[in-house]
Amino acid sequence: MTAALPLREGVGRQVDYWLTVARRTWRGSVVSSFLSPLLYVVAMGVVLGGFIDGDPDQLEGAPSYLAFVVPGLIASHAMQTAVGETTHPVMSMIKWQRVYDSMLATPLQVPHVVAAHLGFVLFRLVATCAVFTLVLAPFGVFETWWGAVLALLAQVLVGFCFATLVYGVSARLRNEEGFGVIFRLGVFPLFLFSGAFFPVTNLGEVGAWVARLTPLWHGVNLSRMFALDHITWWVAGVNVLVLVVLTVLGWFWSVSGLAKRMAS
Amino acid sequence: MSAVDAPGRAEPLGPLAAMRMLMLRNYLSYRAAWKLYLTGFLEPFFYLLSIGIGVGQLIETFEFNGQAIPYAEFVAPGMLAASAMNGALLDSTFNVFFKMKYEKLYDQILATPMTTGDVARGEIAWGQLRGGSYSAAFLVVMVAMGLVHSWWALLALPATLLIGFAFSAVCMAVTTWMKSWQDFEKVTLVQLPLFLFSATFFPITALDGWARGIVEVTPLYRGVVLCRELTTGSLTWASAISVVYLVLMGIAGLLVVRRRLGTLLLT
Repeated sequence: MTAALPLREGVGRQVDYWLTVARRTWRGSVVSSFLSPLLYVVAMGVVLGGFIDGDPDQLEGAPSYLAFVVPGLIASHAMQTAVGETTHPVMSMIKWQRVYDSMLATPLQVPHVVAAHLGFVLFRLVATCAVFTLVLAPFGVFETWWGAVLALLAQVLVGFCFATLVYGVSARLRNEEGFGVIFRLGVFPLFLFSGAFFPVTNLGEVGAWVARLTPLWHGVNLSRMFALDHITWWVAGVNVLVLVVLTVLGWFWSVSGLAKRMAS
Repeated sequence: MSAVDAPGRAEPLGPLAAMRMLMLRNYLSYRAAWKLYLTGFLEPFFYLLSIGIGVGQLIETFEFNGQAIPYAEFVAPGMLAASAMNGALLDSTFNVFFKMKYEKLYDQILATPMTTGDVARGEIAWGQLRGGSYSAAFLVVMVAMGLVHSWWALLALPATLLIGFAFSAVCMAVTTWMKSWQDFEKVTLVQLPLFLFSATFFPITALDGWARGIVEVTPLYRGVVLCRELTTGSLTWASAISVVYLVLMGIAGLLVVRRRLGTLLLT
């Protein structure tokens, strides 16, 4: 057996593969990546928001409902993109198209394969959230430019956190039925109840604490605090810590999941 | 030459018997996916709690047909109608596409005494069975949450079936022209604006001019208004327009499906 490949080189060898995938598939995701959330922004933020008083005391410091809802929507969109990219595509690489099998027949190893796939998801997250931020900036929803940049980082972080966790689940699932359950019982309730559409305090005390335990809330909260320049630093620290810890755990969960799966 | 004159040829099933046969087939194959079926009940319920209650606390009341109603009461019938559309749309695009293109199910069915019309009617009726059960559960939740104050609400169930029928038929017709999974992006492109702008979440008065005119002639708007009129008990003549609109849309879809399946699979 040859000496193990360093992680950096292993990932580097897959860059052209993933670039090709990106070049060939971006058209298919334009609608879901950009148009859908933009329609949500217009319907919920602009039109419905027209009926809501812009009271900063009720809206976690936001001067309007639009300014309140936009950072939350981008963060939840990051989650949805990440979950979308780590469910069916992962199962396809393992089971349907068996791309991983052929990759692992070369000197590449499981951690390289996982890192490159997650790297591609990271690239998609940065691109999607950045385009959003640029499109929405003229609506005056960001208080400062650096707040917009930090909010973007928060959105990418929460998306990446979900990518690592869900990748680990997908690597362990035997068929796609589980994905329906992930979307219906995981992604969808998170999207609706993690503070993207309304302050979690509207859920009552218990409901608010449950919401604060979800990873998406940490991302939504972080993204909103930065966008509105209404930051409580210790809370931001907790938010970042939770997301980083979950991401690290998710990484090991993903690598161990794929390693077991490919060995079986 | 009619089928009856041909010697030794099997007698075609009657339309009802054929519909029953296809629904039975779908039931047998769907039994394994009961988890997916059960979780489907939760979706509109989650929306109602989140948008109705969570966002509702930020909004006073909305005016509808001269009545001021709380936001949750306003949004719930909208969700009811929208989820009838979403369910019908998913069933009649993804599932039908899969059956047509990958499973070749309809080729097999048409090799039996069943006809293209039977396929169209059977698939749509099956979709209504599933969608109708979701709508009924949703109505029960609305009643339990005190969001319904009129007996007319009983008619909201047939109204959702009508919405489901209209969308199933048209979407199944559209699916016969689809070539690849990429085409489903176009379905989303139509579905999402319908869902978000059909006065589901806000009164139609929020829009004006051409935007309002466009929304008023879209099918989901007719369905939303119909459901809202029934659950709030404020029926108008426009309700009859909505009913006729949806019936005609469904029949048109059905006719196209029958003809298209004929060209695709029987020539």
